[in-house]
Amino acid sequence: MKKHFGEASVKFENPPTIISAAAIVGPKEGEGPLSEHFDKVSADILFGKDTWEQAESELMRQTVALAVQKAGLAIEDVQYIFAGDLLNQNSGSIYGARSFERPFYGLFGACSAMGMGMNLGAKLIDGGFADYVVANASSHFCGAEKTFRFPLELGTQRAPTASWTVTGDGAVVLSSKGKGPRITAATTGSIVDLGMKDVNNMGAAMVPAAADVIAKHFRDLNLPTNHYDLIATGDLGLYGQTLLLQLLKQEGIDIAGRLTDCGMLIYDLEKQDVHAGGSGCGCSASVFASYFLKKLRNSEINKMLFVPTGALHSVVTIQQGETIPGIAHAVAIER
Amino acid sequence: MNATEQKKQKYAEMVKHASPRSTVLINSLKAFFVGGAICAAGQLIYNYIESLGFAREETGIIVAGILVASAALLTALRVYDKIAKFSGAGTIIPITGFANAIAAPAIEHKKEGLVLGVGAKMFLIAGPVIVYGTVTSVIVGLVYYFMR
Repeated sequence: MKKHFGEASVKFENPPTIISAAAIVGPKEGEGPLSEHFDKVSADILFGKDTWEQAESELMRQTVALAVQKAGLAIEDVQYIFAGDLLNQNSGSIYGARSFERPFYGLFGACSAMGMGMNLGAKLIDGGFADYVVANASSHFCGAEKTFRFPLELGTQRAPTASWTVTGDGAVVLSSKGKGPRITAATTGSIVDLGMKDVNNMGAAMVPAAADVIAKHFRDLNLPTNHYDLIATGDLGLYGQTLLLQLLKQEGIDIAGRLTDCGMLIYDLEKQDVHAGGSGCGCSASVFASYFLKKLRNSEINKMLFVPTGALHSVVTIQQGETIPGIAHAVAIER
Repeated sequence: MNATEQKKQKYAEMVKHASPRSTVLINSLKAFFVGGAICAAGQLIYNYIESLGFAREETGIIVAGILVASAALLTALRVYDKIAKFSGAGTIIPITGFANAIAAPAIEHKKEGLVLGVGAKMFLIAGPVIVYGTVTSVIVGLVYYFMR
C-alpha cells in the first residue's frame, strides 16, 4: 500500500504506539506552570556533574533510562535510539547514550530534533524494521548560552524577542504493539529561509518553516483545517505565534484557537523573565512527553499535530553574513 | 525583483511590525544613572587616594585597579550580570565593563583547562576592544604628530 502522500507526507499503515515517555527538567522549568507534569525536576542545574556539557548528557541518560523503565523494558530491548541536541557535534546526546551501547542515530535539526526522531522512529517501526525505538531531544540553558551566545556572567541585556533555552529532556518509546496514542502521519520539513538575520529573534526565523510544513501537511493529506484539536509548535514564542497565524492565513489556513506553542507553555511569561518564551530541543520534547501525552491519554485531546521548530543557526556562518534557515517537522498523534 | 525577493521583503515587514523593540528611553536613563554612579564612585575613591598623598598618575592607576578588581569580584560572585541586566550600557562602558568582559569568559571556560580554556578564551570579548583601541591610539598619535 502506498504510504507517501503529496509533497512530503506519509501516513502509517500500522501506526506506531507511544507506549511510554519521560520528561526531566531543570530548576527554572520546575518553577513554571507545567511543573507537576514532569517526571522529575532537578534542583541542581549541573545534575550532579562538573560541566554544563556533562550535565546535559546526564539529563539525557536519566530521561531515556526512565522512559524505557516506565515502558517495562530493559535498555537491551530498545532497537534504535534517535537523539538530538544543540551542542556541537551532538555531544549532549552522544555522551548521554554512550553507556547504553544500543544502535544510535544522532540527529541535528536544532530545536526540531524531537519531530525528526519521532518521524524517523515511526517510519522504522511501520516499515517493520524495529519493535522498540526511543526518540529523544535535550537542551541545557547554560550549554546553549556557551555554544551560541555569551558567557553566563557577562553583563548583557536580552532583546524582548529573545527566548530562554529550556534545561530539559523529553523521551518517548515507540512500539509496534501496546496501548497508547499512535503516530498516524508525519510531514518532513524542508529548509526554509526568508532572510532573517537577527539571532535575538529565532521565532521569526523559524515561522516560515513552520507555516510551510503545516500547510503541506494539510494539503498532502487533504485534511480540513479543523481536523486537529490542537496544533502545537515547538518554540516560536509569543511573537512568532502571531506571525505564524498571519502566514498561514495567507495560505488560506485558519488555525486560530487551535494553535499553541510549547515555548509559551513551559514558563510563566510574565513572572519568569523569559521574554518571548522557552526554546531549545528539550522545550518541545519535554512538554510533549509530559503535558501533551497526558492530555492525549486522558482524552482531553484526541488528535494533535506536534510541530517542533528549529532555527538552523550556526555562529560561524552568521558572523560571515549568512541568514538563519529554519526547519520544522510535523507529527500527527491520535489516540 | 523576483518572487522570492518580494516574499522576503514582505516577511521582513511583517516581522518588523510584530516584534517589539527595546525601550530605548528607559534603558538610556538607567544606563545614564548607573554609569554615572560608577564614575562618581570612581571620583570619590580618586579624591580619597589623592588625599593620602599619591601623585596624579599613580592615583589614576590605583583607582582603575580598584574598579577592575571590584568588577571582577562581582562577576565571580554572580552579581555583575544582574546589575548589568538592569543598567545595560551603564555597566558596559566604564572600565568595570571591561573587567567583566575578561572575567566572565575566563570563568565560563575554566573547565577547558588553564591554557586553552581560561588563557585562550579570556579575551574572547575584550580582545577586539584591545586590538582596535591600540590601532586607534596609533592613528590618533600619528595625526597628532603631523599636525603639531
